[in-house]
Amino acid sequence: MAIIKVLIDGQLGEMDESELVKTEGSHENDNEIATWVEYRLPGSDVIVHRSAHVHLKIPLLSDAVAASIG
Amino acid sequence: MANSQAMCTSFKQDLLNGLHAFGTSVVRGSTTADSFKAALYLTTASLGAATTAYTATGEVSGTNYTAGGVAVTFGTAPTTSGTAAFVTPSANIVYSSVTLSTAFDTMLLYNNTASGKNAVSVHTFGAQTITAGTLTLTMPVNAAGTALIQLS
Repeated sequence: MAIIKVLIDGQLGEMDESELVKTEGSHENDNEIATWVEYRLPGSDVIVHRSAHVHLKIPLLSDAVAASIG
Repeated sequence: MANSQAMCTSFKQDLLNGLHAFGTSVVRGSTTADSFKAALYLTTASLGAATTAYTATGEVSGTNYTAGGVAVTFGTAPTTSGTAAFVTPSANIVYSSVTLSTAFDTMLLYNNTASGKNAVSVHTFGAQTITAGTLTLTMPVNAAGTALIQLS
């Protein structure tokens, strides 16, 4: 059983994952690959836990100096 | 063999290592690597190429998030491949057990050793919130064309 940190009515606590409703999602574009997991209490729309994982894909290239010489 | 005009690749690497100083305003008192930090910013902030230094304006706030953000580890020195010089943090950037209820979409990488907290780069991503959870920013492969910071 996994223990999940939760925020309920402004109070931090922990709950067993089996007591929560889990939703996962992801999206990918040219800039990033993002995944997230959300937990809600059964019958509630309120998110009590949300974590995200963002993989940065685009390097920041700086070629302005070289271009100014050309 | 003919000569060819080019920015020397080693110069790009040297820039990342802080070797050259064309101006007189920068005095380095140490030969050790600087420390860097990563701060998060709200979607309503206005960071970009014109950003010159860390600012608390527009920075996220919430449980277990310390203003200024978290330390960034550069365990691998800048290197070159082809005509590119590049460097990438050697570890993911992790904000653990935070609650950031207001949407954010930007990370500012800045020099925490420099007295001016000089900006390095601004990285944007899709808007996120975190509730009693962890935000992990995974670093790309440290190679030409994929490294997080690259002079080419």
